[in-house]
Amino acid sequence: MVEASKPAREEILGRVRRALAGVEPGYAVPPSPRIAPVSDVVAHFAERVADYRAVVERCSAADLAAGVAAALPAGARVVVPAGLTVPVPGADEDAGFTAAELDGYDAVVTEARVGIAETGTIVLDHGPGQGRRAISLVPDRHVCIVRADQVVPDVPDALPLLDPRRPHTWISGPSATSDIELDRVEGVHGPRTLHVLLVD
Amino acid sequence: MSATFVGMPAFPAAAHAALGNAQLRHNLAHATGTIRAKRQRLVDELDASCSWEELRLAGAGVKESALVDLGTHLERLEETLTANGATVHWARDAAEANAVVAAIVKAHGVDEVVKVKSMVTQEIGLNEALAAEGIAAWETDLAELIVQLGDDLPSHILVPAIHRNRAEIREIFLERMAAAGRPAPADLTDEPAALAAAAREHLREKFLRAKVGISGANFAVAETGTLVVVESEGNGRMCLTLPEVLVSVVGIEKVVPTFHDLDSLLRLLPRSSTGERMNPYTSTWSGVTPGDGPQEVHVVLLDNGRTNALADEVGRQALRCIRCSACLNVCPVYERTGGHAYGSVYPGPIGAILNPLLKGVGHDDQVDSLPYASSLCGACFEACPVRIDIPSVLVDQRAKVVDAHRGGRPKVEALAFKGAAVALSDSRRLGLGERFTGLGLRIGRRFGASKWTSARDLPPAPRESFRAWWRRTEGGGHGG
Repeated sequence: MVEASKPAREEILGRVRRALAGVEPGYAVPPSPRIAPVSDVVAHFAERVADYRAVVERCSAADLAAGVAAALPAGARVVVPAGLTVPVPGADEDAGFTAAELDGYDAVVTEARVGIAETGTIVLDHGPGQGRRAISLVPDRHVCIVRADQVVPDVPDALPLLDPRRPHTWISGPSATSDIELDRVEGVHGPRTLHVLLVD
Repeated sequence: MSATFVGMPAFPAAAHAALGNAQLRHNLAHATGTIRAKRQRLVDELDASCSWEELRLAGAGVKESALVDLGTHLERLEETLTANGATVHWARDAAEANAVVAAIVKAHGVDEVVKVKSMVTQEIGLNEALAAEGIAAWETDLAELIVQLGDDLPSHILVPAIHRNRAEIREIFLERMAAAGRPAPADLTDEPAALAAAAREHLREKFLRAKVGISGANFAVAETGTLVVVESEGNGRMCLTLPEVLVSVVGIEKVVPTFHDLDSLLRLLPRSSTGERMNPYTSTWSGVTPGDGPQEVHVVLLDNGRTNALADEVGRQALRCIRCSACLNVCPVYERTGGHAYGSVYPGPIGAILNPLLKGVGHDDQVDSLPYASSLCGACFEACPVRIDIPSVLVDQRAKVVDAHRGGRPKVEALAFKGAAVALSDSRRLGLGERFTGLGLRIGRRFGASKWTSARDLPPAPRESFRAWWRRTEGGGHGG
């Protein structure tokens, strides 16, 4: 299959070269503008995440375990990734469950890599404490722990913190659609409830 | 299984039919009005904190920097993707791309795939090509599902079912879901939340069992071999994460040089497209990640006319398009005709330039009609987050359409303008002409000009010409 595509590769690259004959390759990209600083970036983050109709709660490190427990409905089947720093009694640690097995869980608890205040975005890079992409996708409730010192003002502040070799999931509120008359509805295929615990 | 744009009439005829559909016009006016307001609110918000125009310049600059050195960036992308464990394929045209995808799917012995919403796979007719090989391609985006179940055609880049209202969607789900898998609940209402829930139930079994996922990509980062998919519902995450095999069809213009280049684009796209600060989900992946997601990753780099567009000095900028659809939502023509009238998966102002650029002009009346599907009001250029000067490209494409048709039988319009040039170049001839204007209009209406007047009002001729009035009133001095 790779051999068969060789001529296509050469032909396309040849067409590209011919199309750009005489065009200067260097192009100076203007820098992207930065937003004006906000006084309280963490409060801004909390406000912007809540704007998407996610649940946002601030708590201290000491209260975190209780906050996680309170965010999980009684009797819920919970899956957690390896390396989660908060104990979640009764939860199963991900053991490479199949998609169908994950579908049997009601909730997942993960940490995050970065919070972006301006856009109300949580970025997971699926390292320890965050787990495989599938575990924060299939269960219907995602309880996500973000530390205040992980919150940055805007997108250009987040990108340098992320390792592009890892997969990333940028989450801005619960799953949603505007496909019916452009009316936003929360809750389609991803978790229908996003519960963020912001740890000061 | 699905309808096709092949054989669509040229824009004027298709637009005329669409304008007669009151329900369509109502749905479109409501939807485009809603999205325009949402976008404007966020553009104003950003503008109050920094500068929307500077962000546009940065986004346009990133895409331009990729295009002017496209060969280098494509080779780099191939190298980094390969190093990350992905298999790279190249496809000159739709048939080649479809054959590559079908071969991969068949190699895994499956007869169905789940798909993330992707413009490029619609452009190449992938679903139809797979169906011909006995492979069912399930669309998983809600609007695409509505279009697919309704045996319908997409009419908007972002919201392909924008022409359908909630009552129509309920009917489609009740009548068609059962044949494709899990049926809709019998007591389904037309509440958007209930309709979304029905789609969730219907598609979940497909996500959970799918072996092969198919996607496009919003961006492909050359430096790191990273693909990016921007979405809302989580269907994208399902297709990109759960299957064992992932095949992404990526137009060669999707490449951006560096990971940091995503900055301006990720800030521009959601605000311009859904009118949100950020879309609910953005997924990035760099080839294969051991133990997480698909362990077999393919990327098909597609030309399919993009190098034609690249060779066009004026039109090249159309390849900067990030498919946000802001130009559709602000276009007075799109708002009234809807997307089907453009006869392509790329409708609206961007479609009116992209289709002729990709396909070339002078071979197909439908394609040649598209550069004229505009009043050149310029709202599209103002809304475009990557500053594509659509009106200038439209005018240039019109010139190319005219050039392509030189030498044949001249059109009525060309004859009329030739006549006007003769009349207007001499005052005696003009005076003579004015005396017969009323007669000319009546004859014209009945014969040659009927094509012109079918879409335009021809004003009634005044009883007296300006010059006759001037002589009679001695320059407006009396008896005016």
